[in-house]
Amino acid sequence: MVEIPEDLLRRSAEAKAKALGVPVEQVLAEMKGEGPPVEPPKIEAPVEASDKPEPKEMVVEAAEAVATGDVETITKPATPEPGDEPESIEPDVTEEEEPFEAPAAAVIPDEDAAAAEAEEPAAAVATMGEEETVPVAPSNGGGGNGKVAGLVSPRPSVPPAGLPEGVRTQRLLTVVKARAIQNVKAEPSDKVNTWPHLMLMEFGALLAITGLLVIMSVVIHSPLLEPANFNATPNPSKAPWYFLGLQELLSYFDPQVAGVMVPLFIGLIGFMMIPYVDKNPSTRPTDRKFAIMLYSIFLAGSATLTIIGVLFRGQGFNFSYPWRDGVFFDDLKDWVNFE
Amino acid sequence: MANGNGRTSLKERIKETNEKLWSSQVVESILRPGSPFKQGYSDSPRNRSYVVMNNVLYHLHPVKVKRHGVRLSYTLCLGGLSFFLFILLTITGIFLMFYYTPTAEIAYADMEALSTNVAFGSLVRNMHRWGAHLMVLSVFLHMSRVFYHGAYKPPREFNWVVGVILLFLTLFLSFSGYLLPWDQLALWAVTVGSNMAGFSPVIGDQVKFALLAGVEVSGSTLLRFYVLHVLFFPFVLVVFLAVHFWRVRKDGGISGPL
Ligand code: HEM
Repeated sequence: MVEIPEDLLRRSAEAKAKALGVPVEQVLAEMKGEGPPVEPPKIEAPVEASDKPEPKEMVVEAAEAVATGDVETITKPATPEPGDEPESIEPDVTEEEEPFEAPAAAVIPDEDAAAAEAEEPAAAVATMGEEETVPVAPSNGGGGNGKVAGLVSPRPSVPPAGLPEGVRTQRLLTVVKARAIQNVKAEPSDKVNTWPHLMLMEFGALLAITGLLVIMSVVIHSPLLEPANFNATPNPSKAPWYFLGLQELLSYFDPQVAGVMVPLFIGLIGFMMIPYVDKNPSTRPTDRKFAIMLYSIFLAGSATLTIIGVLFRGQGFNFSYPWRDGVFFDDLKDWVNFE
Repeated sequence: MANGNGRTSLKERIKETNEKLWSSQVVESILRPGSPFKQGYSDSPRNRSYVVMNNVLYHLHPVKVKRHGVRLSYTLCLGGLSFFLFILLTITGIFLMFYYTPTAEIAYADMEALSTNVAFGSLVRNMHRWGAHLMVLSVFLHMSRVFYHGAYKPPREFNWVVGVILLFLTLFLSFSGYLLPWDQLALWAVTVGSNMAGFSPVIGDQVKFALLAGVEVSGSTLLRFYVLHVLFFPFVLVVFLAVHFWRVRKDGGISGPL
């Protein structure tokens, strides 16, 4: 059980006191389990429509609905039957010390329902039905134990008597834990300023990669072979290095397997599915031996295939030794002096 | 202020103009209130935050990041390097576009002229080519580092998916550029590559036809690859990059520590 903050309790007590026409202190004492049950000065209960559920039934329904979620509720009929009250109120409601973050009260104004009721008594039932779902809805999430205490006080089937025209009554339906779509809870963690720590690092990396690229570009020239000629097929014809592993596979497997199935189903779809297949929540290397092994096999495999494709394939894409037959890889023609 | 002979000195006038300039509406409108450029930067926690907050950088970086995420040994900066390489490729690529015509007749001659007639032409071409290879490599290594850190685990599953798309886009970008020099290397590498696509079950021929704009590599293929290379793939890549970076932040910054 979670402690209901004083101000919410008070608001709820005020609303009830207003509805029943009794002093606030009395209701408050009752809510805290310190005072006797409050009885309204006069109860008028002319329940005419037989299909209208009794308040008590509704309490049960609400409680059932609530029980399916993990919200703990205190149910309390607003038109109390004396004797019901003491057990249905949790006496220790103010005693628990559990931290309770930013509670939000779902306070449903009665105005609309009351107006509808005045015109058409049956409408009240529908409105009640909707309201019953209120306590259940926002129960999960928010982390923690997710348990929230709430007060459910179903509205009496008739408007309380002695209420002046136009007076708006409110009831505290439930107290739910606030749950934002953003994670607003700042978990304490060890942080540093982006400037200068991260940005200097990035700047350094930018300089380093630019420097590396310029040096590389001064030293190594890009190949430019003879103009494209459809009639002169070079021997061998090789794909760019990042596809050479696949081209290598082509010489072992059916083209449909190596050229299409592997890139599409292993490469694209398989890789995309990794996070959904790997259900192991741990990120510690010692807990992920299998995953690490699989990926390392993949890495080693593709590196091997690519190296074979680049260095060990000669004329007719047949196996060759680079030290005996030379390297057949035009991308590096101007870098590695072949002859 | 007078300096003896009743006239303002040059120094004072410069100072005055300078002050006027920095408080002018134009400068006011360019710099955000609190921008360290306006206030003068002195090292304080507040200014450190302002550098990021009053800057378009705020779209990329939060004001603070986890300490371990800054360590070079964690990310090896590989994602960042992939991004920097992409920027360098964009810059050098724009340069190359001034000197290149995507037609079967002229493309090769343009490439030759680039390395002989154009100032820095050869250097920029080399940078573009090696940069592309390096980017493929660094994206691949970045993926591997993400895998070994288990950084694709909840809540980062979707960013991994976006990453896989980025990897494929990077490969396509590189592959579509490979044809453009229109030499023997380009022609036959693309022939080999697109033959593979032709092996797709059922729709193989259609895929190949759409890719090559014909049944075999031709001038139309060159134009197609050119447009894909300079416009389509970069555009799509940037869109996915935006999602990728946004998710890195929304998923709680860099993963870990292990
Ligand atoms: C154009 C290619 C790509 C660029 C520019 C890029 C950029 C980045 C950057 C700058 C980061 C921040 C952390 C870091 O630097 O490691 C990052 C994180 C991440 N990237 Fe990429 N990326 C690319 C491709 C990929 C690929 C291919 C994958 C995986 C298949 C991937 C998955 C991820 C994931 C899961 C994170 C979060 C990692 C973490 O929280 O530790 N990215 N990316």
